[in-house]
Amino acid sequence: MTGAGRVLSSFAALVYAMILSPIVVVVMLSFSADNFIVFPPSGYSLRWFQQLVGNGPLLAALWLSVQVAAVVTLLSLAVGVPAALALAKGRFAGKAALTSFFLAPLLLPTLITGLALLLFFSPLKLTATLPGLVLGHMTVTVPFVIRMMTTALANLPDDIEAAAATLGATPWRVVRRVTLPLATPGLIACACLSFLLSFDETVISLFIAGPRASTLPVEMVRYVEGRTDPLIAALSVVLIVATLAVVLVVERLVGVARAVGK
Amino acid sequence: MTASRRLPLLLIPATLFLLVVYVWPSLGLFRNAFNEVGPTGAMVEAWSLETWRVTFHDSFTFELTLNSLWLSAVSTLIALCLAYPVSLFLFRTDSRFRGLLAVVAILPMLVSGVVRVFGWLAILGDRGLVNTTLQSLGLISAPLKLVFNWTGVTIGLAESIMPYMILALLAGFGRLDRTLEEAARSLGASPFRTFRRVTLPLSLPAIALAAGLGFVLSMSAYITPKLLGGGRVFVLATEIFEQATTNTNWPVAAVLAIYTLVLLLALLVVSNLVARRLQR
Repeated sequence: MTGAGRVLSSFAALVYAMILSPIVVVVMLSFSADNFIVFPPSGYSLRWFQQLVGNGPLLAALWLSVQVAAVVTLLSLAVGVPAALALAKGRFAGKAALTSFFLAPLLLPTLITGLALLLFFSPLKLTATLPGLVLGHMTVTVPFVIRMMTTALANLPDDIEAAAATLGATPWRVVRRVTLPLATPGLIACACLSFLLSFDETVISLFIAGPRASTLPVEMVRYVEGRTDPLIAALSVVLIVATLAVVLVVERLVGVARAVGK
Repeated sequence: MTASRRLPLLLIPATLFLLVVYVWPSLGLFRNAFNEVGPTGAMVEAWSLETWRVTFHDSFTFELTLNSLWLSAVSTLIALCLAYPVSLFLFRTDSRFRGLLAVVAILPMLVSGVVRVFGWLAILGDRGLVNTTLQSLGLISAPLKLVFNWTGVTIGLAESIMPYMILALLAGFGRLDRTLEEAARSLGASPFRTFRRVTLPLSLPAIALAAGLGFVLSMSAYITPKLLGGGRVFVLATEIFEQATTNTNWPVAAVLAIYTLVLLLALLVVSNLVARRLQR
């Protein structure tokens, strides 16, 4: 008995169709010539992409999201990678407890984190500011970086590091010249996914964003709540293409299923 | 080596960050649940259980709880029925596209939730894919109401939790021993009998864990109930957000958040206990 069998394969194909249908429909809808969400569209055009280029608020939100995601990625790596290094290579008391402490935020729903951050940031006047959004997103990305990089660093072969140490390299030199270069594919993949996590973060942003500083997902939610035209579909296509590019990079470097799984 | 003894120092930035931006705000949330709301609607600093008393004397809280539990149960069940065959397929297939197929199965998890919700609006809306197809076939005369109600939210939620459940099931299938299935087949059991008597029982722990995960994710989902519900679907998640932002009633939002969290923890404990019992 090899393979998956015909019945199972055809059922899986059906489910795949369902999984992919929203994405396919969005792509087709983005080329619609209609004023409303009509599917299949009565005609095709590029008018919604033209509208998108002229939509100030959405472009401003896009720019803010890119800025936030870039800062979040840099800071999360700066804070998370050293911690991952200590957890992967160090032997000290309380390591297991510390690991669960670092990963706990990934278990808590962002709905609760977002509310806690709203209550914390409001008196500090950090809501609807770039620093506030960055700190908020980092509650998700820092634990993610620690989880992914601890596994990546622990899976590196020990013997090369051991060889470098035997040849007289100081421990910090080993980290700088051997461990980190070996971990580069993992680091790049981790940076890509952190960027994506921050860029797509919606619930925390909805709690702490405001009219003065609103990220792209927040603006998209507000737009969909208010109006039903294919503009968001055009924007979605841009986002899907960008996401696919990032996913491909990650897949080539470490494998997506492994990176997001555990 | 002194350096390896200094290694734990690298943990300090991450620890400080989480203490200030995670632990302290969480304690603040807890603290807020014991404040009161004055007659003007303004928050009054206090250490009382008044907000708890008011919230749990309100029958709306009870209704929200039932809505959340029911919605999550149905979405999880649908997602499980769809995710299980896909996971089994991915686990068994010897296609050289296996890696690609696995990525496609979890792709929705990487695409923004708002994008997927928008896709469902185009599929299930009054003039969406399903209604236009059914109408052109002459099966219905008026469009079916598939969005801005419980139907739409259930479908959207089931789709959004499916990738997570596929990953959980795949991880659980790792322990499935193929030789047992082969033994059953070579002893003359039909494929269906082999599935029912060997594969399914062996994968029950994975099912319990995946169902627990799906349930927790549906209970805490906000975007899907909000956008596909169109303001007509009320669950704990939407109420927490409304109370915190539109009503700025922080004590009530905090009480509901803690209450939801306790429900989620209880569910996780149960699904883990079930999984462990099934493992034996």
